Amino acid sequence: MTSPPLGFRETVLLGLAGLVSFIGLWSFLSVSGIVPAQFLPGPLDVASRFVHLLTAPFAGATLPAHLASSFQRYAYGVLLAAAIGVPLGLLMGFFRLLDDIVTPIFDGLRFIAPIAWVPFAALWFGTGVGGPIMIIFAGAFPPCLINAYRGARFVEPRLIEAARMLGTPSSRMILEVLLPAAVPSIIAGLRVSAGLGWQSLVGAELIVAAAGVGFMMVQAQGSVQTPTVMAGMIAIGLVGMLIDVLLRQGEGWLRRRRGLDS
Amino acid sequence: MASVASRRTLIGGMTVIGLVVLWFGLTTFTGLVTGARFPSPAEFWLSLKQINGRGYAGSTLASHAFHSLKLVLMGFTVAVLTGVPLGLWMGWNRRVEAFINPVFLIIRPIPPLAWIPLAILWLGLGDAAKILVIWFSAFVPSVINAFTGVRNIDKPILEAARMLGTPRLRMVREVILPASLPMIFTGLRLSLQASWTTLVAAELVGALVGVGFVLNMAQQDIYPGMILVGMVTVGILGWVTTLLLARVERRALAWNVAARD
Repeated sequence: MTSPPLGFRETVLLGLAGLVSFIGLWSFLSVSGIVPAQFLPGPLDVASRFVHLLTAPFAGATLPAHLASSFQRYAYGVLLAAAIGVPLGLLMGFFRLLDDIVTPIFDGLRFIAPIAWVPFAALWFGTGVGGPIMIIFAGAFPPCLINAYRGARFVEPRLIEAARMLGTPSSRMILEVLLPAAVPSIIAGLRVSAGLGWQSLVGAELIVAAAGVGFMMVQAQGSVQTPTVMAGMIAIGLVGMLIDVLLRQGEGWLRRRRGLDS
Repeated sequence: MASVASRRTLIGGMTVIGLVVLWFGLTTFTGLVTGARFPSPAEFWLSLKQINGRGYAGSTLASHAFHSLKLVLMGFTVAVLTGVPLGLWMGWNRRVEAFINPVFLIIRPIPPLAWIPLAILWLGLGDAAKILVIWFSAFVPSVINAFTGVRNIDKPILEAARMLGTPRLRMVREVILPASLPMIFTGLRLSLQASWTTLVAAELVGALVGVGFVLNMAQQDIYPGMILVGMVTVGILGWVTTLLLARVERRALAWNVAARD
């Protein structure tokens, strides 16, 4: 047996101790000059830069404006991935032939990191909005497809047999039997997609983009403005966390509504 | 069953042949897709010959690929050697978990790729910065899965071992580690994938050699044939390393499969 669960007080105290030592070590390294402050600004410097960037433009826009333009591309990319990946996955789960055709292609492309699509994305759709959207799509697409496919594939055979016996046509079979049964799996896939898409967005913006948080960070890196780079990291982390929390809420709401959780 | 498998192979094979025919058809025969958008098979072949012979972006494909492979293996190894023990420790000792968890929760939402600019500021465009970001990206899945692995060990197993007075070191080596190994390998697979993604991104942002650098140069030269060569290389490297890891996993978990049968 591992050690018994800690009490609430001990957990909180130890957690605080952990945070304090993390921030303490960071401040110590920066303030003492072991690492030059130019390369490792202290926590307060980063925090004040973060606040400063909320209103003062850097690399052409304020931090919220950069975030907004990042988020717009992100939303397009993820929605596109869901709009193509989920239906295709459901169809693959229903039509054997489609499954046999798409699976080898998908397996062949699987090992190419989404980021490796950057050069073609830039060539085909430019570096403005289209290119980054394609890279986000490349990152977010696989979980949408796989989870919809698995969800549809592992529907209880009895349900499908019953529906088939009643003479249900294929279109209704997909929309009214497979889709509802696959929803939990699809939602789980969407959450993974949302995370991977956000990750791809950051990569895309670091390499090709003329706006967005990633672009801001690369510009700041070019002019050795470490606090701005770190403020960008925090902003990216916060938004990523917010997306995950919202999707978790949505998932919970959906599950409760369908009576999956009591 | 056999007929299902052979049906799949047949249709899969026909799909691949169909794609190749489509590729030739769209580029070489009809010219619907011009060479400026996507290379024809001939252009792809010429690019491949060029990079293998004269070289491109400073060296041959083999040395670019070898360099990237080396960095991934180094970053991945460091991440595994630090992440797995930390995860095991956090799983075993709840005090350690309580101490580290909040820090982990703060750092984790930052995507590994977002560390690239900082790594370049700290360490420049060389190998060290790449190894650092690979370490960041591969570390988290290693920790989480090792942690989950320990927490999911059946209690009776641990109680029995403890009752028999197993000393600490043997406990770790002969009970905890083997029991959480399946979970650990799940983490390693995720870590490996993350390592490749991060390396390619880091090399695209700035590098002097490597597969990502080939992609970067080809993009700047608007050279679709070479872009395709780079992408295929990335895919093959990812595939081969995943296969190798699966091999190691099969060997390490041989006892487990035997136990299940």
